Amino acid sequence: MSATATTIAHEVPPNTGLRAFVRKLRSGDEIAHLIALVFAAGILLITSLLVYELWRTSYLSRTKFGWMFFWTRTWDPVFDNFGAAPFIYGTLVTSAVALVIAVPLGLASAIFLSELAPRKVSDIISFLIDLLAAVPSVIYGLLGIFVVVPLMRTTLGPAIKSVLGFTPLFSGPNYGVGFLTAGIVLAIMVVPFIISVSREVLLTVPREQREAALALGATRWESTWQVVVPWARTGIMGSIFLALARALGETMAVTMVIGNDPKITASLFAPGYTIASVIANEFTEATGDLYLSALIELGLVLFLMTFILNGLARILIVATERGGGRPA
Amino acid sequence: MSNARIIWRKTVNYVMLTLTGVAAFGVVSVLFLILGYLIWNGGTSLNLNFFTQLPKPVGETGGGMANAIVGSLKLLFLAAMMGLPFGLLAGVYLAEFGGKTFSFVVRYTTDLLNGVPSIVIGIFAYSLVVLPVKHFSTLAGGVALAIMVIPITVRSTEEFLRAVPGSMREAAMALGASQWKTIVTVVLPAASGGILTGMLLALARVAGETAPLLFTAFSNRYWSQGWGQPIASLPVMIYTYAIAPYDDWHRQAWAAGLVLLGLVLVSNLGARFILARTKAI
Amino acid sequence: MKKTLLVVWLLLGAAAIVAAQSGTVLLNAAGATFPYPIYSKWFDVYHTAYPNTQINYQPIGSGGGIRQLQAGTVDFGGSDGPMSDEQLAQSKFKILHFPTVLGADVPSYNIAGVSGELNFTEKALAGIFLGTITKWNDPELTKANPGVNLPSADIVVVHRSDGSGTTYIWTDFLSKVSDEWKNKIGKGTSVNWPVGLGGKGNEGVSGLVKQTPNAIGYIELVYAAQNGIAFGKVQNAAGKFIKADLASVTAAAAGAAKNMPDDFRISITNAPGATSYPIASFTWLLIPAHIEDAAKRDAIKGFLKWMLTEGQKYNEGLTYAQLPKTVIEKELKAISLVQ
Repeated sequence: MSATATTIAHEVPPNTGLRAFVRKLRSGDEIAHLIALVFAAGILLITSLLVYELWRTSYLSRTKFGWMFFWTRTWDPVFDNFGAAPFIYGTLVTSAVALVIAVPLGLASAIFLSELAPRKVSDIISFLIDLLAAVPSVIYGLLGIFVVVPLMRTTLGPAIKSVLGFTPLFSGPNYGVGFLTAGIVLAIMVVPFIISVSREVLLTVPREQREAALALGATRWESTWQVVVPWARTGIMGSIFLALARALGETMAVTMVIGNDPKITASLFAPGYTIASVIANEFTEATGDLYLSALIELGLVLFLMTFILNGLARILIVATERGGGRPA
Repeated sequence: MSNARIIWRKTVNYVMLTLTGVAAFGVVSVLFLILGYLIWNGGTSLNLNFFTQLPKPVGETGGGMANAIVGSLKLLFLAAMMGLPFGLLAGVYLAEFGGKTFSFVVRYTTDLLNGVPSIVIGIFAYSLVVLPVKHFSTLAGGVALAIMVIPITVRSTEEFLRAVPGSMREAAMALGASQWKTIVTVVLPAASGGILTGMLLALARVAGETAPLLFTAFSNRYWSQGWGQPIASLPVMIYTYAIAPYDDWHRQAWAAGLVLLGLVLVSNLGARFILARTKAI
Repeated sequence: MKKTLLVVWLLLGAAAIVAAQSGTVLLNAAGATFPYPIYSKWFDVYHTAYPNTQINYQPIGSGGGIRQLQAGTVDFGGSDGPMSDEQLAQSKFKILHFPTVLGADVPSYNIAGVSGELNFTEKALAGIFLGTITKWNDPELTKANPGVNLPSADIVVVHRSDGSGTTYIWTDFLSKVSDEWKNKIGKGTSVNWPVGLGGKGNEGVSGLVKQTPNAIGYIELVYAAQNGIAFGKVQNAAGKFIKADLASVTAAAAGAAKNMPDDFRISITNAPGATSYPIASFTWLLIPAHIEDAAKRDAIKGFLKWMLTEGQKYNEGLTYAQLPKTVIEKELKAISLVQ
């Protein structure tokens, strides 16, 4: 094409290939776009790499145990038999106890702060509660060991036992450490999240809603409980999911007070074990590749649980938005 | 409506509303309990030794956590250097450039990463940074913390960038600035208060993390040299000392807890102060 | 404001880099909590005598020592249980065992109203830890302890939650004296405990026992002594109830010294002899046979030599028995195997 090459010398080269790409980059905007894009994509890369690494290093355990891993109850490093059931149980039970304590407490506090307290008082208190959310987990663990455990052993435990000791939930000896103690410590840790998010959501409920209820003769409480709170339903559910996600993955505070015993027991006073705790305790010491692989598979299970939880939270928000027909 | 019913409803009203107040004050008093307990137990053990001495062998008193304090600072430095710019730029992408589906995926993944339990991040950093080079290191700990800093920073950066009014962007562009110039000279400075707050809060959050450090930074009885050796850190020391039976170690754990909490609270307060000042402007 | 922050960060970073010293040999080690008190003393004294060598030993449990050594993340490890043949075969490089001190596992307990020393038969210990003996006033316990008012309270069993050589010694003993234990549970640094709470490290177990009424846990002699926790006598192979102390532990090792294999891996639990304490053990440093870095190699060899000669003087002060002379001589010769 050499003859025609000179005649088309003035034409702009076609917009393809590396040359075109570099040409586009001459504009500062495109460079900025690219740099920012790289970092945004980097997050995808990190997360994928994380899942990949977990998947790869848990290979031995996954192939040996298959789906049985989820309901095998033994954790036996001597005979190389590992199962996730006690840890899934422990993680779920401690989180459930935490929510049972934290949700009523948190919601009630949020209602107080958004509906009843004068604005200044409400602001100061919620500021303090936000600070609570910032306290590192290991400090909760410290308090757990030196305050909650002795309290449970000497005062709380016997008190609960004297009233509810006949139920399977509260039977058995009370050591101070165990599911209930871990649940209490977790509750203290997640209540600030519930409060701060719920309070914000409650504050966004339009005044007209409250006023309409009051105008119809409702008491303050009735207007709050039957009108305002349902309006803020999605946000409150969101805060509960947030709290749950935090509780599931919480490691240090739980490890220090749960008793470290991989068993499934009905009693809340019994010692237990969560996924995060067993990994923290045994990871650096797992002699044997299958042992280590089983621990990593547990990490994968935990990751899966938080993944599902996140997904559920999103579906819930979308569903309520569509169904309720009210602005989220 | 009958009188009895009205009285009942009024009683319920009064009782429930009081209960909510009780709940709120109950929660706040827990905070004061925590602070009080820490100050009481930790304050008495805070002495010059704590800040200047290295840990002593089992059974000998007078040891301190000087290396752990410096260790935590070094780890935070790494987390900041690696995580903050990453999160900032990703946040800029989401707020300023993003395409619809890609942004959705990135946001979802960021939330996912934020929700990953810190111990799992520790496993990841172990297989990524510790195993290949065959030793525990400050760098590995820094990487683990950086991974945790990124999602928090992305979220707050995006939020504060979005809060900058569109009119500012339009004004800049009307004056002939290109998009990137607008971002760098107008939008970012306008959102800087909030972004800085977010960064400070992210660092305060990871300062107290223990689990990811357990098998990355490990721990060290001595001063850690450079960035490739194991390093002591306040949270790990608190954990190790708290579960031991030595009273002297317990005292030191309280003292360390007080120092750590002090650091975290001061950062939080500082962050809010910055935010309040920029909002006022 | 932002500029000052940036400057502060940069300065911090620079300072950290500048602070890195050169010329010091830093050795990282991890492993058994059993000998941590004496190791921390040794490494400290050694560092004062040889300031260029720093040995950072983290007590994460014997299992941890073995694992991290095999992963190559530490320079040497410490373990109360010798590595098994399979573990050695699986290891990518040759590992040498060097006994350092002798110690003992003791059954420590916290029973209100009982301040003296309880006698534990072999069957009693096996039963308690199997979960078949559940109350303190069980006949197996009361018949060995006439005159002691044992309450009818539930026994709270405490064991290790981490991979531990202390566990290895304890389960090794139980496997020797109880067939049920041997077949159901076996011995190892980490086992499937039928009952009990888990504490992390000797510290965790002794902490739990100290804080929990009616608890019993197995801990190293030193931890019991240092924390004033009551511990009992154990019945040995000759039928006598022996309390763990320097004399009885040394007696247990005396026979072993004659039969010490070349790789130093030997179990002395349930040792013969009227005065031998039945739950005694050596504890080992696990050293790679081949160390690339000359400075590290010399530092480790130097420490080993010091430990076998000077270091042994500190043992008894911390309630660890000294190594028998014949074992020391054999080890000094074995140091040359580290290359």
